[in-house]
Amino acid sequence: MAADLFALLPELVLAALGMVVLIAGLGTGARRHGVLGGIAIGSLVATGVVLWFVAGQSSPTAKFFFGMFVLDKFSLFFKVLFLLSSLLALLLSLAYLKRNDVRPGEYHSLVLLATVGMMVMASSVNLASIYVGLELMALSTYVLAGYFRREVKSHEAATKYFVLGALSSGVLLYGLSLLYGTVGTLDLATMAANLRNGGVDTPTLVGVALLSCGFLFKVAAVPFHVWTPDVYEGAPTPITAFMSVGPKAAAFAIFLRVFLGGLEPLVGDWRWWVGGAAAATMLWGNIAALTQDNVKRMLAYSSIAHAGYTLLGLIAATPAGVQSVLFYMLAYTVTNLGAFGFVVLLESRGYAGETVADYAGLARRHPGAAFGMLLFLLSLGGIPPTAGFMGKLYLFAAAVEAGYVWLVVLAVVMSAVSLYYYFRIAMQMYLRDGEGVEPAALIAAPWAERAIAICGVAVIIIGIYPAPFLAVTRITAGVLGVQ
Amino acid sequence: MAFATNLLNLICYVPLLGALIIIAFLKRDQSKAIKAVATIVAGLDFVISIPLWFLYQPHGPDFQFVYKADWIPAIGSKYFVGVDGISILLILLTTLLGFISVYSSFTAITHREKEYYVFLLLLQTGMLGVFISLDFILFYVFWEVMLVPMYFLIGVWGGPRKLYAAIKFFLYTLFGSVLMLVGILALYFHNSTGLAAIGLPGLGNPATFDVTALYKIAPSIPFGLEKWIFMAFFVGFAIKVPMFPFHTWLPDAHVEAPTAGSVILAGVLLKMGTYGFIRFSLPLLPNATRWAVPWMVALAIIGIIYGALVAMAQKDMKKLVAYSSVSHLGYVMLGMFALNPHGLSGSVLQMINHGLSTGGLFLLVGIIYERRHTRMISDYGGLAKTMPVYAMLFMIITMASIGLPTLNGFIGELTILVGAFNRSALWAVLAATGIVLGAAYMLWMYQRAFFGEITHEENKSLKDASWREQWTLIPLIIMCFWIGLYPKPFFRIMEPSIERIVRVVDPDYLQAPRMQPPSVAVPAHDAQAEPAAAAPTEH
Repeated sequence: MAADLFALLPELVLAALGMVVLIAGLGTGARRHGVLGGIAIGSLVATGVVLWFVAGQSSPTAKFFFGMFVLDKFSLFFKVLFLLSSLLALLLSLAYLKRNDVRPGEYHSLVLLATVGMMVMASSVNLASIYVGLELMALSTYVLAGYFRREVKSHEAATKYFVLGALSSGVLLYGLSLLYGTVGTLDLATMAANLRNGGVDTPTLVGVALLSCGFLFKVAAVPFHVWTPDVYEGAPTPITAFMSVGPKAAAFAIFLRVFLGGLEPLVGDWRWWVGGAAAATMLWGNIAALTQDNVKRMLAYSSIAHAGYTLLGLIAATPAGVQSVLFYMLAYTVTNLGAFGFVVLLESRGYAGETVADYAGLARRHPGAAFGMLLFLLSLGGIPPTAGFMGKLYLFAAAVEAGYVWLVVLAVVMSAVSLYYYFRIAMQMYLRDGEGVEPAALIAAPWAERAIAICGVAVIIIGIYPAPFLAVTRITAGVLGVQ
Repeated sequence: MAFATNLLNLICYVPLLGALIIIAFLKRDQSKAIKAVATIVAGLDFVISIPLWFLYQPHGPDFQFVYKADWIPAIGSKYFVGVDGISILLILLTTLLGFISVYSSFTAITHREKEYYVFLLLLQTGMLGVFISLDFILFYVFWEVMLVPMYFLIGVWGGPRKLYAAIKFFLYTLFGSVLMLVGILALYFHNSTGLAAIGLPGLGNPATFDVTALYKIAPSIPFGLEKWIFMAFFVGFAIKVPMFPFHTWLPDAHVEAPTAGSVILAGVLLKMGTYGFIRFSLPLLPNATRWAVPWMVALAIIGIIYGALVAMAQKDMKKLVAYSSVSHLGYVMLGMFALNPHGLSGSVLQMINHGLSTGGLFLLVGIIYERRHTRMISDYGGLAKTMPVYAMLFMIITMASIGLPTLNGFIGELTILVGAFNRSALWAVLAATGIVLGAAYMLWMYQRAFFGEITHEENKSLKDASWREQWTLIPLIIMCFWIGLYPKPFFRIMEPSIERIVRVVDPDYLQAPRMQPPSVAVPAHDAQAEPAAAAPTEH
């Protein structure tokens, strides 16, 4: 029991600190932004330290809580990634919350609790605990999406997200129960063994199909993507930034864990429809983004497209594929947080910073910021020397090796297409100069700027010298039982 | 030998360093200092690239000045640079044109100068990187990196339709290069693990993107795969060249780009496509290359004639020069796909020639555009009276472009035609019509712009080319005469590299000496010895 609790210590610490933030925020109204933000960020750092300590003490192969919970390298990678993305998202939020005069207590607390959920997801090797983590994360983000109670858009975002999210959770649960009924276990390792030994019947396949629908919803893949643009547009921008990286990475973590761990024997069955979804996602995500004038919606469709690329690593179903997903999630996290960071900074006058035209002349007024945004756009589009390029290279290489050349051809063509809409912003920043528009001013937000600077440096470093990061992702190979 | 191993890095990154210095230490309004730093850096880069010419040993190792370091061990990609005779010539062309384009921009660019020179220098690093990379991923990185500064050069400092031209250039070339990436990956996995799901076994070699290592597996690539890889590379390179029918981005980009942008675009960027063919497609995929010869030659000849005909119909000088590029690059492709030493060495020499003469033509058009802000031929006439020096410079470059003997174009075209004739008399005859047409459109333009009466009042008071403007052209003219009168050192430096390629792509050719006409025994032979024989093709 003590060992179990010790393994869960990082999550426990973070959950407890999340409660502390919640209580500290009681009755403070819209005040004390600095203190509460500081505690929240401190909690994430503290959790990181605890995680480092716990990981050093416990064995990567041991199982806890009756085989539901592990601390393997795969989970550690994702936990660090979640802590990092939550930390950066909170840094982006500090000045934003103050300016918009909203209560900081619950906000920070919910972000921390969502992070706890994601960490549980990464460590779970049992469908029940995966579901618990998933719901903790999802419920927290539903509330966060609607945090601006007085904004109609924010309200709409939360409602849509909640209704559709609840539906997808239902579908997921249904698939889960079907699988439990036919395979007789929720434990992923046992499930893989049973599936390998016994035959596969229709209810199992239906269960897998429903499960994949639920997961595809969570990673925002076509055709389960319809919530994304509305939610991303309506949610407070730092939350959009957070949702586009943390929960997405968490969803990919369980997607990999379940489909390459427990359902690996059925890889031939689910591969073709997940592959079809990936193709549709890349196609539609990029095509729909072409016509968006709202930057948040554009980035929403772009993150849909990126989910499509990332699915290639899953479909490859090889160690290289798993590594490439992990590496891509890292590259994508720093890139997307940086890009959304600029949207946060530009949101100075009401909803300014949301339309593409708001970026006009940014290079003249804020050359540094414009260059940073350009960097993130290049990285999203996969132009070297940025993290996005290396991530895509690795993903595409894994997919080509697995023989999915047609998917890769589609992916590279669509990423060329994506440059068109990314460069619409770049064009506004650099080329629309001296045409009578007064460039929008960035708000002063020192911590957000630092967060963006960290992302920018990371994008360059990963893009120029990816070797150490690839080495980190490599240690996950074999964890999932992929041959 | 520390100097020799680091020389290429030095050449490649000096412009980047210059760009960083400008970003970090100079303010936007320090116009003079920015120009000075940019000029010094670009000039220095040219100076330090000159030792390549003297230190390179044509009969030494295949690739020299090699520098190798670990980069991405996970996929076996290394930081690997090195040059052979072909890339040395292109590097020298790049540094020379880069230097000239910096100091030719002093008066043409008047706003956002800091960003302009930064982008120009970054572009320089990108282009040099392409020519020195011997690792596929490194090559691809530089190949793509260079698109971004070029996009901004066209998009910020370009003409009225700059936004359209910039994004068209960017997306068109990007589209080609991403498909090339798929080809690179297929080659990579064929060499190592194979493509399991489509039943293609790999060779089991260590995973590598090292081009020199991949050269060795060229004979063992199954023909089916080889064809696909060739086509993937073809899309990437042919768009860049550009070959007919992928040339439509070129006139837009050229016309809208600022003068220096056009010079770099025509002088160097287009060469990256032809360089790609000669460095990768030919030696890596010899069977597919031979298979593709009829198609490639057909496209090249269509390009030669079509480009020339369209050029003839242009009213805009820059557009005329742009279409003439399509025609000239057709020669380069024709010579290359003749797959014999004459054709290939003519093709490489013609890359240099085109860079010099077309770069010069764009500079000349830029000079007159700065004065009158029009490029329409009909807005000029009688310029020879008001601008005699300018008219003379224009005449020399025009002659170089149309291939008058004693100038560089003649040597290049002659050698290519000899190579083509060796394969098929028909190719040579069709290609030669392009020379006739080329002379026609260039001289016709010259006649309309420079001779006759001055029809426009504004043209009477035009200032002749200034010292600085003359000095943008004089280095090019010197080079044109040098290649025209004594091309031997150029052939000498590239000959062994060319022969290596021919040995892979068409080994039979070298074993059949009877195929070689005695009059032009080796390309190194001083080609001006028989101007009389080829004179009838010139006009």
